[in-house]
Amino acid sequence: MFDALGDPNRLRIFTRLCDGGPSSTSQVMQVIPVSRQAVSKHLSMLEGVGLVRSRKHGRERIWTVQTQPLVQAGDYLSQLSKRWDHAVERLRAFVEDPSSI
Amino acid sequence: MSTDRIEKEVLLRAPLDRVWRAISDSSEFGRWFGVTLDGPFVAGNSLNGVITPTTVDDDVARQQEPYTGQADTWHVVAVEPQRRLAFRWHPYAVEPGADYSKEPTTLVEFTLTEAPDGVLLVIVESGFDAIPEERRTAAFDANSGGWAAQTQLVQKYLALGERV
Repeated sequence: MFDALGDPNRLRIFTRLCDGGPSSTSQVMQVIPVSRQAVSKHLSMLEGVGLVRSRKHGRERIWTVQTQPLVQAGDYLSQLSKRWDHAVERLRAFVEDPSSI
Repeated sequence: MSTDRIEKEVLLRAPLDRVWRAISDSSEFGRWFGVTLDGPFVAGNSLNGVITPTTVDDDVARQQEPYTGQADTWHVVAVEPQRRLAFRWHPYAVEPGADYSKEPTTLVEFTLTEAPDGVLLVIVESGFDAIPEERRTAAFDANSGGWAAQTQLVQKYLALGERV
């Protein structure tokens, strides 16, 4: 998932979908200077890792971001971050306690 | 927010010698962190770390209790006296029975700098971008003791059922 956002064009596409809401492939094409084929490929890749979802609408495909994977990834890091906060407090108690020297 | 690293910075009001010992002596490290390490921190060494409830904080000890005995291999990367300790481990390796040995590790670095009224400690854990999706999404809740604790409860419950 993070690799998928590592590419500047894909990140731009993803940002466009976050800011602009559900968009067609043609609309997405306006934000990056590459061919329709390349845009479709980027979108498929984002869809492959669960960051966007698409549905057919007439002859176009409408793309929508899926925030859940990002939220979960954020949760993971924030939980681990909290765990370090606690560890740091235990270390502080340990080294600042005069009887522990 | 970086997805790849966690960084903590703290001023500890204790002499550099004291802080360095608490971090670099693996048995002292174990006491506040809540882990039993089976050897000293020596660059290039691999240590077996077994979760052991901390003796420093009773509440945390209770939280760690369900994971007691969970083991992970820590690879010591660098030991620079009074300055830096670095090792690689598997972040949150607490799922019972899971084999983490082939999974990517994160790098944990403790860097100490002497300050006028103590020691500035910076802890950086990096490399999360390489951690597989299933480890990230195996959601856990720190308050309930985590997903692993839930699994153990279910296992206990099933074990009860078997006996009846």
